[in-house]
This record gives sequence, structure tokens and C-alpha cells, in this order.
Amino acid sequence: MYEILTDIIGNQIVAYVIAAALPLFVFILPFALVAVLAERKVSAFMQDRLGPMRTGPYGLLQTVADILKLIQKEDIVASDTDKKLFNLAPILVFAGSYAAFAAIPFTSAYIGSSADVGIFFIIAISSLVVAGILMAGWASNNKYSLLGSMRSVAQIISYEIPAALVILTMVMLTGTLSLSEMTEMQTQYFWNWNIFGGAETGIVKILLIPFMLVGFIIFYISSLAEVNRTPFDIPEAESELVAGYHTEYSGMKFAMFFLAEYANMFAVSAIVVALFFGGYHSPFGYLGNAIGIDWLIPVEQLFWFTVKGTFFVIVQMWLRWTLPRLRVDQLMNVCWKYLIPYAFVNLIIVGILTLL
Amino acid sequence: MNLYDYIFYLFALLTVVSALVVVTSKNIVHAAFSLMFTLFGISGLYVLLGADFIAVVQIIVYIGGILILLLFGVMLTNKITNVEIKTGTIKTIPMAIITGVFGALLISIMYGTKWSSAPPDNMPSTLQILGNTLLTEYVLIFELLGMLLLVALIGAASIARRGRE
Repeated sequence: MYEILTDIIGNQIVAYVIAAALPLFVFILPFALVAVLAERKVSAFMQDRLGPMRTGPYGLLQTVADILKLIQKEDIVASDTDKKLFNLAPILVFAGSYAAFAAIPFTSAYIGSSADVGIFFIIAISSLVVAGILMAGWASNNKYSLLGSMRSVAQIISYEIPAALVILTMVMLTGTLSLSEMTEMQTQYFWNWNIFGGAETGIVKILLIPFMLVGFIIFYISSLAEVNRTPFDIPEAESELVAGYHTEYSGMKFAMFFLAEYANMFAVSAIVVALFFGGYHSPFGYLGNAIGIDWLIPVEQLFWFTVKGTFFVIVQMWLRWTLPRLRVDQLMNVCWKYLIPYAFVNLIIVGILTLL
Repeated sequence: MNLYDYIFYLFALLTVVSALVVVTSKNIVHAAFSLMFTLFGISGLYVLLGADFIAVVQIIVYIGGILILLLFGVMLTNKITNVEIKTGTIKTIPMAIITGVFGALLISIMYGTKWSSAPPDNMPSTLQILGNTLLTEYVLIFELLGMLLLVALIGAASIARRGRE
């Protein structure tokens, strides 16, 4: 990818910048546009309403109108805020969630960085988001913001443990930290996906399936908590904390938090897809292979990756409008008393099975 | 200068400038947050040295762990219990002597050593080598460190519980 871009543009640095900005402009921004509308439509359908219908046909232009509105909004900075940190926090939060996209393989032709540390980097860089949320909550000089950010950080670092344990399980099974290598192991047909026992054969494959399912469920629950989605949205519990750590933000700074949230939603879904559901691979062969057009394969892969990722984002929305919010103590109970022990047992069992 | 030089100077600048803010800032929260940029810049320098795993560990341990803990500590003591934490400069002359000697030592070592420099393109991953060495050659130390961390964890939990009862 870099080589092709360098050839076209001629300047290495410009090529790198363009390659690094690709996921943002080709993927995250359009995705956020669609996802915000989808969330409102999903919530409307679940509550037997129609949702936004006025702007454009069937309300399709609603998010565009929203963004135009957000751009025009006054950028309010309250007088007692810590101005430097207040302005820096949204950038940091977005940078943290965007950096995670560097290690996510969109197709076999495009991955930001093919470094071996892949998924480990994603776990690590999300701590920038944590620091950014803490910064936002502190700088706002508002008790609701500070409480919200404290809750958010406590929640994210607690739920990182079961998520990391499940990732460790998958790393043990596949023997690599790189998401693109992991994806390549789940190639060809859907029964090679890790959720169906991966590339193992015979009795081990069948024995692995229930434990993969447990791992998937643990990871999905903890990833919901890590992106502060319902039922784990206590950091921005509207009934208690106004809007949590972004209470004081307005205009484009608020939009940055919003964009980061939607980027995060897709990022965790993409990790779920790459770990368990074959990444960018098609569940059954490629049209490009059948008719012999090579360049069609990456396009198809991008299509499958988007479809699978979007599916899990839709499930997140579905859960949001179905489940009530947890209390703080219930939240910690779920994590420490249920998810972490189950994740450990799962890790040991999968470890034994891989040795078989 | 090629691309890697630019990246190096970018990270070096980030590290040095934010480290200066850490020591000069009067506001302890600003100091803590700019420590984050220092640690992040160092992690970038590790990447340029070809130590990819160490770089990620640097982020996960220092930014994700220690710095967040530090911020929690500062915030909980400063804003919630209304204790003003004062920062200032004390003992200027002894510190100047110590840093002068230490700086001179560092510079002399820097110029005295023959550095082996390799281009950062296509560096081999350190992941497999590190894992193998840790679990073969240094397995005893590795296990002992694990035990030590476990003891610290249990100790922390027991102290926290005792205070509540």
C-alpha cells in the first residue's frame, strides 16, 4: 500500500500521511454519519416510532444537518475551566481511538501497520483514551464531569482485564499477536473462523467451539463496557450526571467526543470480527477468484469486513435500547466476580486443548 | 535527512519539551499530564530503536497503569479533600552541582561509546526472541517476579480491607 502510494505521489512523507489518513476519511467519517442515523432509527423502531423523517427523504440527511449545526455552534469555554487541558482533551480522546485503527486489517491490501505487536498495541493505545477522559473531566471543573470521568476510567481499566485475558486466549490458540496473521489463519470457509475452532482439526476443533463461544461473550461484554455503551453507560448516566465527562463541551469539541465514541464502537467490533469471525475473509470463496480478477478480492474483503463490523455495531445499538443501565456496584460485581474468573478458566481450558 | 530522522526529532522534541513542563509547571495536574507526553515520546523512541514490544509495554505500563494511578491520586487529594499541593524550587545549588556532574558524565559516555547504528527499515520483531528467552533462560527470575507481583497484589487488597473494618 505504502509502495503504491509512494510511486504515485513520489514523496515518501506525503504518501505516509495519506495512507495514515485513509481510514479516517474513507471509513470513520462516513461510518459515523451512517451510524448516528442508524442509532436513531434503531431506537425509534424499537420504541415503535418513526425516528427522524423531516430532513431529506426518509430522514436520511438528518446527520448531515446535525453536523452543519454543530459546526456553526458557539465554542463555549466556561471561565473556571483549565483552558489548556480543556482544549487538549477531545483531541487526545480522538487520537487514542483513531490510533487503534493502525493495527486493524481492513483488507489484505490495507493495514496501517503490519507490526507484529498488533492487538497488544491496540490494548495499550486505548489508555490514551482513558487519560483523555480523565483530562476532560478534570479540566471542566464540574463535579458531574469529574464523577463521570472517574467512573469511566474505573470501568475501562477494570474491564480491560477480562478483555485482555480473552485476547491472550486467542493469542495462545493462534500463536500470533498480529491481527492480519490471525485473519489469514481463518481463511477460505466460515468453519475455519476461530469461533468454530479456528484452523485446528478433528476432535480438538469440536471441543474448542463452546470455549470460543464463552470467550466471545466475555470479550463482547467487556468491549461494551470499554466503549461506555449501555448497559455500562454509567459514566454518562443522564439521570444522574447530566452527560458525564463531556457535560461542559459544545460545538466541534463535543463532536470530537461523539466521533471518538463511534470510532471506538467500530474499532471494538472490528477486533471482535478479526479475533473470532474471520476478519476480512468471506464466509465462502471470492467472486474475484472464481472469475479470475485479482483486484476484486481486496474490494470484496473490505465489503465483508464492513458488513461484519457493522453487524456487531448494530448489536451494540440493539442492546442499548433493550437493557437497563447497571448500578456501579453491579458493574464491578459483573467484572470481578463473574467475567474475570470465567475468563481465567477459559484461558486454562483452551491452553490445554491447544496442547492436545 | 530521511523520514526516520524527522520522526526521531519529532519524538525527541515531544519528550524534552514535555519533560521541561513536568519540572517547571507549578500546577501539579499539568505536570502529571505532561509526564504522559514524556512517556509517550520515549515509547516512540523505543520504536525507532527497533524495540517494538518494549515500546508497547512502555505505553501499557506507564501511561495505562502508573500515570492513571498518579492522576487518580493527585485528583483525589487535591480537588476533593481541598488539600493544596504546593510545588516550588528548593535546594537550587546542590541540585545544580549534581545535575551538572551527571550531565557531564552522560555527555562523556555519549561521545566515548562506539554506537552501532542500523537503519530502522525491516527490523526483525523482538517478540519471539523475547518470549523464548523469558521462558527458557530467565524462567526462574520470571516466575519470581510473578510471585512478587502476586504478593504485592494480595498485600494491597488486605491493607485496603483492613482500613474499612
